Amino acid sequence: MALVRQTSPHARGPNSTQQVMKLVLLAAMPGLAMQTIFFGWGTLINVVWCVLIALASEALILKIRKRPLSFYLSDGTAMVTALLLALALPPLVPWWLTMIGVSFAIIIGKQLYGGLGNNPFNPAMLGYVLLLISFPAEMTQWLPPSGIEGHPPVNGFMEALNSIFPLFGQGVNVDAISMATPLDIVRENSSLTINELWAENPVLQSFGGKSWIWINVAYLAGGLFLLYRRVFTWHAPVGMLAALFIMSTLFWGGTGSASHGSPLFHLFSGATMLGAFFIITDPVSSATSVRGRLIFGGCIGVLVYVIRAWGGYPDGVAFATLLMNMAAPMIDYYTQPRTYGHDKPKKGLPKTD
Amino acid sequence: MNLPLKDITETTQQVTHKVWPLTGGVHPEENKHQSTGKPISKAAIPERLILPLSQHAGAPAEPIVAIGDKVLKGQMIAKAVGFVSVPVHAPTSGIVTAIDVHSIPHPSGMSDTCITIETDGKDEWCELKPIENHLSVEPSILVEHVRQSGIAGMGGAGFPTAVKLSPRSAIDTLILNGTECEPYITADDMLMRERADQIVSGASILMHLLKAKQCLIGIEDNKPEAVAAMKQATASNSTMSVAVFPTKYPSGGEKQLIQILTGQEVPSGKLPSDLGIAMQNVGTAAAVHQAVIHGKPLISRVTTLTGDALGDKKNLEVLLGTSVAELLKEANVNDRQLNTLVMGGPMMGFTLDDLTVPVVKTTNCLIAGSIQEFPASMPAQACIRCGMCAEVCPSSLLPQQLYWHAKAENLDQLKHHNLFDCIECGACSFVCPSSIPLVQYYRASKGTIRIQEAKNAKADRSKVRYESRQARLEQDQAEKEAKRKANAKKAAVLKAARESKSDIGSAEVDPVKAAIERAKAKKLAGGTSQPVKAVLSSEQKELKIQLSVANAQSKKIQRALAQVEASGEGDTTKLKSDIAILQAQAEKLQKEFDAAATASPEPSAKPPASADLKKLKVENAMAKAALKKAERALVKAQDENGDTVELQKTVDECRQKLENLTSLPVTGKPVAADRTKPVSDDQLKKLKIENAMAKAALKKAQRALDAADGDKAALETVVAEAGAKADAAAKELADHLA
Repeated sequence: MALVRQTSPHARGPNSTQQVMKLVLLAAMPGLAMQTIFFGWGTLINVVWCVLIALASEALILKIRKRPLSFYLSDGTAMVTALLLALALPPLVPWWLTMIGVSFAIIIGKQLYGGLGNNPFNPAMLGYVLLLISFPAEMTQWLPPSGIEGHPPVNGFMEALNSIFPLFGQGVNVDAISMATPLDIVRENSSLTINELWAENPVLQSFGGKSWIWINVAYLAGGLFLLYRRVFTWHAPVGMLAALFIMSTLFWGGTGSASHGSPLFHLFSGATMLGAFFIITDPVSSATSVRGRLIFGGCIGVLVYVIRAWGGYPDGVAFATLLMNMAAPMIDYYTQPRTYGHDKPKKGLPKTD
Repeated sequence: MNLPLKDITETTQQVTHKVWPLTGGVHPEENKHQSTGKPISKAAIPERLILPLSQHAGAPAEPIVAIGDKVLKGQMIAKAVGFVSVPVHAPTSGIVTAIDVHSIPHPSGMSDTCITIETDGKDEWCELKPIENHLSVEPSILVEHVRQSGIAGMGGAGFPTAVKLSPRSAIDTLILNGTECEPYITADDMLMRERADQIVSGASILMHLLKAKQCLIGIEDNKPEAVAAMKQATASNSTMSVAVFPTKYPSGGEKQLIQILTGQEVPSGKLPSDLGIAMQNVGTAAAVHQAVIHGKPLISRVTTLTGDALGDKKNLEVLLGTSVAELLKEANVNDRQLNTLVMGGPMMGFTLDDLTVPVVKTTNCLIAGSIQEFPASMPAQACIRCGMCAEVCPSSLLPQQLYWHAKAENLDQLKHHNLFDCIECGACSFVCPSSIPLVQYYRASKGTIRIQEAKNAKADRSKVRYESRQARLEQDQAEKEAKRKANAKKAAVLKAARESKSDIGSAEVDPVKAAIERAKAKKLAGGTSQPVKAVLSSEQKELKIQLSVANAQSKKIQRALAQVEASGEGDTTKLKSDIAILQAQAEKLQKEFDAAATASPEPSAKPPASADLKKLKVENAMAKAALKKAERALVKAQDENGDTVELQKTVDECRQKLENLTSLPVTGKPVAADRTKPVSDDQLKKLKIENAMAKAALKKAQRALDAADGDKAALETVVAEAGAKADAAAKELADHLA
């Protein structure tokens, strides 16, 4: 009988990429549930539709690249990309828009760079930014969250399905019922004090805006679960949240009409928690060393606030992430840890002679 | 985190040593309990023992027995060669039946020279030489004894212990490594439980050898029995303390254990001894005890036999050279279950595919694993740079970046990311969710870089060689050019002289006549007082007469001068000035004569001592040939290795000396030669002979250099001596001529 010949180590740990991806999917469930509760079936339909397109796009490219399908499809990374993009989209965006975004994310954003592990940008955010730039109207049509007077939410499943896929029947007129998000309202405001603003807009309740605060809390819980399961380290999320908190405190502007909103408003509104725990923690496109991740997260926090307060878009997580993705390799070069037995860490590129 | 950890055993009142946390690390399943159920037992003496000559790190030992020799237990059968080497001893009595190539335990599955002993079952000891009163024995003698006892590190690396006991700097702390952090292995654990006294005795010998002030014994907290035994054994010794720290792989790495026990890091590229620390495995300490107290060399070791394919998992005291197959049989191996056989631990050990390989000094464990225990590795997925590997790396490297650069073969980046600080512990591969064989990538890259650096070093040497060759060729070219220019100048002078002669309008001469003229002029210039017949013009004749008169006067005065000088009285200055005037006159006349006698200007310019000059010229040529030969030797030597700067210098010196020599006849201008010759003809001859002899010696040395390819230093001295001799002779000659 032939004995196996193999190099050390012969023992293997229990980790697997599938396991990591499953945990990420699992941790996103509370947030998905909250979005569904507040915005209806649309989000859930989007998630399923996105996953289907993502798997199909990935399979197509793998087929062209003559790679084994099941081995690569089963790693779960395409599903995570699809889920994250679906969660970032308004609930009733048309099916073709989703298809463009997801297929762009998978084909251009991921597979054309060489597939998993080789993409410099977060694919989901690439897809999102493409859609935001190309279809600004559709991409800002957020529905009023359920429970707001005078704005009946889209609660029926068929209603939502028909709105997304008009082929099957008449859906709701999204344009007529859509409503600005709290971040938008605060950004656009130039005349009212914060108190007046809050009194006038039913969507602005408590500090983060109705619904949005619960969605953010759900993602925070999911993120803490992933931290507990050591899927990622605390550095990037803490860096981002801390930077956002500091920026929003420094440039708060009080409660007058020039206010940019309170720190808590920024932490618990928009895509803050989704971004901090699910998007910037994508290991492939972020910095790798712990110090690097702290810097990476911190810079994203600053950029998010800059875009929210002074930029042209209501939220800036996607842009900030992509910008810092570009900077990640350089951050890595300058944040090598100090190796055992060395006085100080090495920096920059190696000197070639 | 730097708080002392609570000792879980609490068997004695000793203060537990403070410990520091390990950087990174993993918790693989320990699997140690399976093999600790039974005490250490002795393995049976097999029929045949196979003893590799290289069971340690360093130069292999050299056999000192022949086939057919009868050997006794403990008898040395192969001696150490060089400093980093240890001998091999016969583990039992028997007959040497073969000294040939046999497969040895090695990750590559390679074969190497082994001595095979057919055992006779008598297990008869040779005469043992224990060292009595070892504490009063000179440490260097003890170190040599340890070396001659064949002891090499028994933790796994097999580095000769005696080398570690001869550190560069003073040792303050001896650390005994009883960590045994690898899963499955329990050999050190059982040794500490059962033979703590031997280990402590060995440790005290090591402390004496190293003049260490304290001894720390590091043990992981998953071995409470071993900790208790060691604490008991060291209870009465205030200089030794047992340090217990949390179980985490790879705490037992030398650098890692130093970090845990002292909080210090061994600087990259340095040794623990630079921190005043020496580390030995507990098994090595026990072997030192056996060697010094009982005089027994290292002929057996405790080896763990474990793994799911074994029916009887235990620790055995095994004679070195026992084949793995014998041991597996002794542990009731289930052949159908056996799928992977690992020598060493599951994290850093290597697989065997040949059951005939012997147990060696570093074999601490054999794991006969089933397929469930060591399933086939998964196909590697893409690296998602999750960073789990960086979290567990005990050296704080960035394994994910190293992997990236290893795949891209970016050697500069690999070195920049401190690849060579990787200890290949395998923690990164263990945690990798994508099942990437990271350590394998690093091993391959390290190999590539080593090859690359060897190539670069070779290229650098070639460059030096090429540049010195270019310089040499340029120098040769310049010399040739200078010579050519000198010749051209001479030719131009000759031509001018010839033209001036034809200007004078003397009778047209045919070549034959001219030749005769030249010969005659030469004869005349040679100092013969014979009257010159015909061919010379009246003007020439007159000049010639004047010249010979002047020469005669000069000679006369010189003779007088010599007499005066010999007697040591009289006014020499007047005579000297007279000579000078006469010489000037003679020279002037000579010049005029030369100008007139165009047919034979050169011969007439030649020194009168033409025979001597010829001889000198011949010598000159010979010396030049010798120089060329020496240069050729230099080229050859340079082609063979680049370290020829010294040699080059020597040859340059030789060249200088030869130039001195060869320039002498030239400086000995006609008149001077003319003048000195009569004074000390015999002495000059003697000097010339000496000179020639010195030159011959130099030539001989250079011929030897020509043939040299090995020992250059000796030859260099010979050449230098010969050169010096030639130099001295030439100087004497020069002095004399002056």
